[in-house]
Amino acid sequence: MPVSVDASRRIYAALKACDVRVISALPETWLVHLIRMAEEDPAMTLVRLAKEEEGVGISAGAHLAGVSSAMLMQNHGLLAAVNPIVSLALLYKIPLLMLISYRGHMGERDPWQTQGGLVTEPLLSALGVPTWTLRADDDVTRRIRDAQTLAHAALHPVAVLLTRDLMWEEATPS
Amino acid sequence: MKRAEALAAIYPAIRDDIVVTIMGAVAAELYQLGHRPNFFYLEHAMGLASSMGLGIALCKPARRVVVLDGDGSLLMNLGTLSTMARYRPRNLVHIVFDNESLLSVGGFPTATGTGTDLAAVARGCGVPHVAGVETVESFAREVEAALAGRELATIVAKVEAVGPASFHMDLGLIENRLQFARSLREGS
Repeated sequence: MPVSVDASRRIYAALKACDVRVISALPETWLVHLIRMAEEDPAMTLVRLAKEEEGVGISAGAHLAGVSSAMLMQNHGLLAAVNPIVSLALLYKIPLLMLISYRGHMGERDPWQTQGGLVTEPLLSALGVPTWTLRADDDVTRRIRDAQTLAHAALHPVAVLLTRDLMWEEATPS
Repeated sequence: MKRAEALAAIYPAIRDDIVVTIMGAVAAELYQLGHRPNFFYLEHAMGLASSMGLGIALCKPARRVVVLDGDGSLLMNLGTLSTMARYRPRNLVHIVFDNESLLSVGGFPTATGTGTDLAAVARGCGVPHVAGVETVESFAREVEAALAGRELATIVAKVEAVGPASFHMDLGLIENRLQFARSLREGS
């Protein structure tokens, strides 16, 4: 599968370095390695959701209980979670570390992903959610740590967009 | 049964537990019985009180967590039953007050009034202990058993569609949130 194992390892290591102990997730192609890493890590509580909005509740509960968490979702999952982001996280000043696979952007071949791709950044901007767009050359550890640091200092959600450039390795021609 | 009577019957048993309630009548009636720093009233984000309770229960395994839910809220997030059942924390008790109505917004009927059986949904999702009750006595008994039972439980209580005269609570949202987080930090 051309989803980058190396990038997934770097992201997972960054989350561990941030003392993330709870991860909520819904399966999505770009996130499969990350979810598997969380599943195989006995020190991680992985909560597999039925729908992404539950993840806002899980992370809010974890935060109030003093535990750092992260949410793994596709950008369409972000769309599904908008009301709780507003009426739980923003309303109650709850930090969220949202790692969002950025489907439907440059290079996307699947037509069904494209509408979500078009609205992702404008939506995050409208919500006032500070956002990193993470690319392959970025210092993943530092960017994720800095995102979490701001979330905790501001008691506010932050987003890290996982781009195709980072997550997807084009098959090498044989 | 009236929800206020049911809450009064279990208040002494849950007053030291971590309690997360939905908005509206449930929050106001619990508040009127006596606010505690370990009570959190989720005044919006309908459906997510149980998800918050699950997150807390997984992070605080040595504490008991009680979620006070309602039919309207639970119907907005039915998937939560499948997620709770999947992880089935032994320290989580999920109480659903089913008045077959969206009382706080004018009493519009919910689908539990036309046949949706939330206890059956919980059972079907795999919640290990489920009970449906219709009297204060059976409610108090079932909640007591669930609190002692050390397994995930969902108790669905049919209640009358009546609420308090006022929903006013002299407690700011952020005040409640900060106080609750401190109470959880200071507990085990």
